[in-house]
Amino acid sequence: MKKLALRDEILLSVQQPARYLGNEMNAVMKDPQKVDIRFAMCFPDVYEIGMSHLGMQILYAMFNQREDVYCERVFSPWTDLDQIMRQEHIPLFALESQDPIKDFDFLGITIQYEMCYTNILQVLDLSGIPFHAEDRTEEDPIVIGGGPCAYNPEPLAPFFDLFYIGEGETQYGPLFNLYKENRKKGGSRVDFLKEAAKLPGIYVPMFYDTAYHEDGTIASFKPNLPGIPETIKKELVLEMDKAPYIEKPVVPFLKVTQDRVVLEIQRGCIRGCRFCQAGNVYRPLREHSLEYLKHYASEMLKNSGHEEISLSSLSSSDYTYLKELVTFLIEEAEGKGINISLPSLRIDAFSLDVMSKVQDVKKSSLTFAPEAGSQRLRDVINKGLTEEVILKGAAEAFHGGWNRVKLYFMLGLPTETREDMEGIALLSEKVAELYYDEVPKEQRNGKVQVVASSSFFVPKPFTPFQWATMCTKEEFLERAYIVKDKFKEMLNRKSLKYNYHEADLTVLEGVLARGDRRVAPVLEEVYKKGAMFDSWGEYFNNDLWMVAFETCGVDMDFYTVRERSLDEVFPWDFIDAGVSKEFLKREWLNAINEKVTPNCRQKCSGCGARVFGGGVCFEDKN
Amino acid sequence: MKIRIKFAKEGTMKFIGHLDIMRYFQKVMRKADVHIRYSEGFSPHQIMSFASPLSVGAESRGEYVDIEVLDTDSSAEMLKRINEAMVDGMEALSYKLLPDSAANAMSIVAAADYVVRFREGHEPKDWHVFAAGLEEFLNQKEILVTKKTKKGEREMNIRPMIYALSPVDSKEQAIFMKIATGSAANLKPDAVMQAYKKSLGEELEPFALLITRMEVYANTGSEDAPEFTALEAFGDDIE
Repeated sequence: MKKLALRDEILLSVQQPARYLGNEMNAVMKDPQKVDIRFAMCFPDVYEIGMSHLGMQILYAMFNQREDVYCERVFSPWTDLDQIMRQEHIPLFALESQDPIKDFDFLGITIQYEMCYTNILQVLDLSGIPFHAEDRTEEDPIVIGGGPCAYNPEPLAPFFDLFYIGEGETQYGPLFNLYKENRKKGGSRVDFLKEAAKLPGIYVPMFYDTAYHEDGTIASFKPNLPGIPETIKKELVLEMDKAPYIEKPVVPFLKVTQDRVVLEIQRGCIRGCRFCQAGNVYRPLREHSLEYLKHYASEMLKNSGHEEISLSSLSSSDYTYLKELVTFLIEEAEGKGINISLPSLRIDAFSLDVMSKVQDVKKSSLTFAPEAGSQRLRDVINKGLTEEVILKGAAEAFHGGWNRVKLYFMLGLPTETREDMEGIALLSEKVAELYYDEVPKEQRNGKVQVVASSSFFVPKPFTPFQWATMCTKEEFLERAYIVKDKFKEMLNRKSLKYNYHEADLTVLEGVLARGDRRVAPVLEEVYKKGAMFDSWGEYFNNDLWMVAFETCGVDMDFYTVRERSLDEVFPWDFIDAGVSKEFLKREWLNAINEKVTPNCRQKCSGCGARVFGGGVCFEDKN
Repeated sequence: MKIRIKFAKEGTMKFIGHLDIMRYFQKVMRKADVHIRYSEGFSPHQIMSFASPLSVGAESRGEYVDIEVLDTDSSAEMLKRINEAMVDGMEALSYKLLPDSAANAMSIVAAADYVVRFREGHEPKDWHVFAAGLEEFLNQKEILVTKKTKKGEREMNIRPMIYALSPVDSKEQAIFMKIATGSAANLKPDAVMQAYKKSLGEELEPFALLITRMEVYANTGSEDAPEFTALEAFGDDIE
């Protein structure tokens, strides 16, 4: 039997022991003695969440293709095991070899959302790795951060040796080679970091200093050593078909959130929604060829035995060969009991036709994301979805037999008025009325059901809204009540349902999203006081956070509700994400002026991502 | 065509619960390209049923799952394919074609064999005395245990549910037992050991036992004179 880090008695006392065993179908087993580099890939949340993340599986497959590297996985132990590990001083271990993380060369942490930051500290703590990069010795792994939150790494700066900015496929090879060379030369940890800092896309926080103005804004952000670059340009894959994908996905025993084959069809987005960080930082749009996707779809289905395949992208409808791909998948799935799930599709005749083929119309619901309740506000956020399009799509869907509709909105968007808020209820009502207008009584499949949900808007770095002030908690809730009250006035209110998100969490997310290095001590403080798994409602404790901000003398309002001037230096300005600050500024002004910007395929708006020399920017130039 | 697969579940796999094992097998069937039959409708599921759930923490050399297939290769070929798709700790042991009239495994389970060992640190003080006492324990007409039910506690005689209880052999510290399993009467090996320990005036400590299920049987005799037939004996190898 394989060696396990945890005794039987422990595994039999915790919930879901399968979280800690490894040994899943397609998990990679290597002899650690026979590799040069041991890499622990971490998703700082519970196994079921982490194992649903595509990026981690891509890098896991890619790293393990190298004979000299053994990449293993590690997740946040759930609170029950966390407690036992602390009591018994059991070090955090990787799933495959069950060896302590502390013995690895690298600990790579993917940072997907702000509310996992305390779990990053949990992982370091349980591994026995000092929190601060500057306190680590030659015995400690190099701690790397990556993922979307690395586009503003500053609140986490002291905890990481380096951040990898951008897509992982390109620079890990050179980074590993550098590591091996440095070790061969007998170089130290700092020697390695100094060289790594010169690689494209690599940011080593300890080699940079920040100076502040009296008002707290940033005066300067500069390297403190010669030879260290002033700006870090994000890394990206230019030729998508040359990038390796997953052939053999690891198949968990537990039912994880994403319990299916996930096929990434493209990266980036042409849409230019002004609130969306992903739509900006992943520019330009780059597609996979149909052949590439067919190959990987078949391979992954065959090798995993999964019963479902899902397409992944920011806006699947924009994929050039969507029709051909979906037809292929339907043929592949025929008679094999395989389901096809198609998220992020625009609702139109084509998608309705496809959906009626792959799912049970009576049981499924249709999703629209108008994001804002009025056309005026949809123009502000550049969401190119009009009421006409929504109603047309809904009408077609109702004729096709659907009677359940989900609508997603945001509250607290810049320039939002009472009218915009009430528009959420009015639009929902219109959709409900449409059902009764369009579908004759005898053809109706019961009542219509419209569920509207709103989240609270958080301004994110590298979006035109990075200058926006955020609402306070009270303002958020007030707006939700306005919407709720309006729903009560609607004629079809019994067919309508309205949900809104937690406001406390949103405010914290706002602080962390646009925070700087001065926020880091708060994270450490709140973790020490017991905060962990903050994205889990049952564990989130807002009071702990409020006290921690107080203790550290950090003013949350500075990061959330403060007005930012157009020429303010932002903590993330040293990162070159492709989209230029000038473009974002233009877009911010366009937003205020309610001016719509066309998508990348209609007209180039000069966002700056063209410098990479590929993708949609060059589509018709060959 | 009805197929019965016998499999082992050992090592780290003992921590994987029954529901997850069911889901896992569905994936193995696809990966091994077993031409399993699906139910009709929009969310078709594989025609598959397991004989008897195994407790988390126990190992087994005698688990069973029944499936229906559209067509099949030889038993040897199917075993090879299935085992290639399996993870460490899971092994298909036999693949038998059942007569069309065969009842499904779950409905006919009547008994199971177990080997019980003691985890390190939990061994009986004197193994020989402990082992020798089993016979006398089994010679009782009644073995009463208190069972907790929804309505409170209830006395139950488990003696009729124990068909065999003895040391495995003289070489190792292990106990063999054949006990009632299934929907009609179900006894767990830990309950037997608990009753025996109690008869010695001792407590069975938590996590003290290492349990391995060895075989699962149907009763092909009568209620009064049971005759136990291993579930795999109902089918034949496919050449």
